[in-house]
Amino acid sequence: MMQQLERPISVEDAADPTSEEPLIQLRNLNVYYGSFHAVGDVNFDIAKNRITAMIGPSGCGKSTVLRCINRMNDLIPSARVEGEILFHDQNIISPSVDPVMVRRRIGMVFQKPNPFPKSIYDNVAWGAKVNGIRKGMDELVEWCLQSAALWDEVKDKLDQSGLALSGGQQQRLCIARALANNPDVILMDEPCSALDPIATLRIEDLMRELARNYTIAIVTHNMQQAARVSDQTAFFSLGENRMGMLVETSPTRELFTNPRDSRTEDYITGRFG
Amino acid sequence: MSSQALPPRSGSLAETGNLRRRQRASQIGRFALMAATLFAVVALGILLWYIVQRGWGWLSWGLLMNPPSRKPERAGLSIAISGTLWIISLTLLVAFPMGVASAIYLEEYAPKNRWTRMLQINISNLAGVPSVVYGLLGLGIFVQWMGLGRVVLSGALTMALLSLPVIIISSQEALRAVPPSLREAAYGVGATRWQVTASHVLPAAIPGIMTGVILAVSRAIGETAPLLVVGAAGFLTSKPSGFTDSYTTIPIQLYNWMSRPQAGFRDLAAAGIIVLLALLISMNLIAIVVRQHYSSKTRW
Repeated sequence: MMQQLERPISVEDAADPTSEEPLIQLRNLNVYYGSFHAVGDVNFDIAKNRITAMIGPSGCGKSTVLRCINRMNDLIPSARVEGEILFHDQNIISPSVDPVMVRRRIGMVFQKPNPFPKSIYDNVAWGAKVNGIRKGMDELVEWCLQSAALWDEVKDKLDQSGLALSGGQQQRLCIARALANNPDVILMDEPCSALDPIATLRIEDLMRELARNYTIAIVTHNMQQAARVSDQTAFFSLGENRMGMLVETSPTRELFTNPRDSRTEDYITGRFG
Repeated sequence: MSSQALPPRSGSLAETGNLRRRQRASQIGRFALMAATLFAVVALGILLWYIVQRGWGWLSWGLLMNPPSRKPERAGLSIAISGTLWIISLTLLVAFPMGVASAIYLEEYAPKNRWTRMLQINISNLAGVPSVVYGLLGLGIFVQWMGLGRVVLSGALTMALLSLPVIIISSQEALRAVPPSLREAAYGVGATRWQVTASHVLPAAIPGIMTGVILAVSRAIGETAPLLVVGAAGFLTSKPSGFTDSYTTIPIQLYNWMSRPQAGFRDLAAAGIIVLLALLISMNLIAIVVRQHYSSKTRW
């Protein structure tokens, strides 16, 4: 098992679903915003050290589901989440679990690059600092920036503002920031939607690189992106009363070449959405 | 749908839809807005000109250094300036942390329910209560019930009450203007609510908060009515040296001078107004420096 995971990951590996070790399991996940039932009965697994893409039309609840996984929906007063999300056999959406602990283990990269209005160095270091890390900060910052393929571009200007970087660099800085707590999982909510195609490709390369050591879940509007980077894909759609629902999850190649559900086929062939 | 409903294509740049009238209305609107602005600026200018003309000749070190006197030539504001500084610093010391803390609680921590909505409406209403009402409140609570007497402390606490709603409301607005993406970024790396607030939200809101504090203090520095009610002294010959001393403030001293029969005192009051304005501007400058400091620290 371990040997298999240490090999460089390719789409071929992912084609065999039996090799997947689930790290996060969503069980009967329901999300409500006030009286609006936004997402209904979602069940799927996010495999360890794999990239799981979540695709689907606008408003189908894929971002909502993603934000449940690190309790970001706790910040929305009207949101209510039911069901289970199991992570290391613990239900992380239970009220008895501190969301701060969850977010430390499950990092996030957002749609629009949102570096702190601080120096590049502090952008990376702050997350580690708030979690009590004091020693070896310089090495940690360098390691994170290197892992995010940003070090060479910023090593001479670590004290400059993170906001002075280009959009693609800012997003890689946000990825470096997410790495500083050494999380198990990185959630990415349409991380390339504000970037140009070249910056997008760099982030995609980086994601493949990171998948050696991290489990990644990415929400994307871009089906080509899902096809390019992900090992598994979950397709979401809209049900009755505009409720988001999971239609199918499959290894990515299978989902794009041989979808099981006709709604998936309609979507990926462009007949809908 | 038939294309009959669409406006015609003329193929030229001919005027359509009363263009000339619409442009004229636009011009009139522009002049009306400009006139409103000019009116405010000109009125302020005339006021300042009048004050400076009357008071300029009376400006002297003596005005700043002398205690009050029966003769306008020898009368000064020293006691009142010291009283104003005492009252304002103590007011700030109480109202600034309390107001910002309340705003942080209401914006970042409090649940949004009927109870907090009611609280919110009440705070907004308090900001509009006439200041003399705060004077009566201060007289009832601080001076009499708590038995503090007619001293610096009771005056400052009254002014703090008066300033609190303005500080709370403007601080809340400043906090609300902090982009949610900044909060998400900070929560996303596993920070607690307090860490998010103290390290990111509050520093980003400081410039806006300072604006509110400037407003509140500017209002408090010129207040006369509530201090008359809670017992600022009209005629005082020694500076306050503690919380429990009698005091007077610049506006009260000016009010006192204006009601004297001698014409000299009225010109002296004009000079006193210049002093009050100078004090106000220098306090605003301090606030601007603080704003600048914080906006340069957050590297936008």
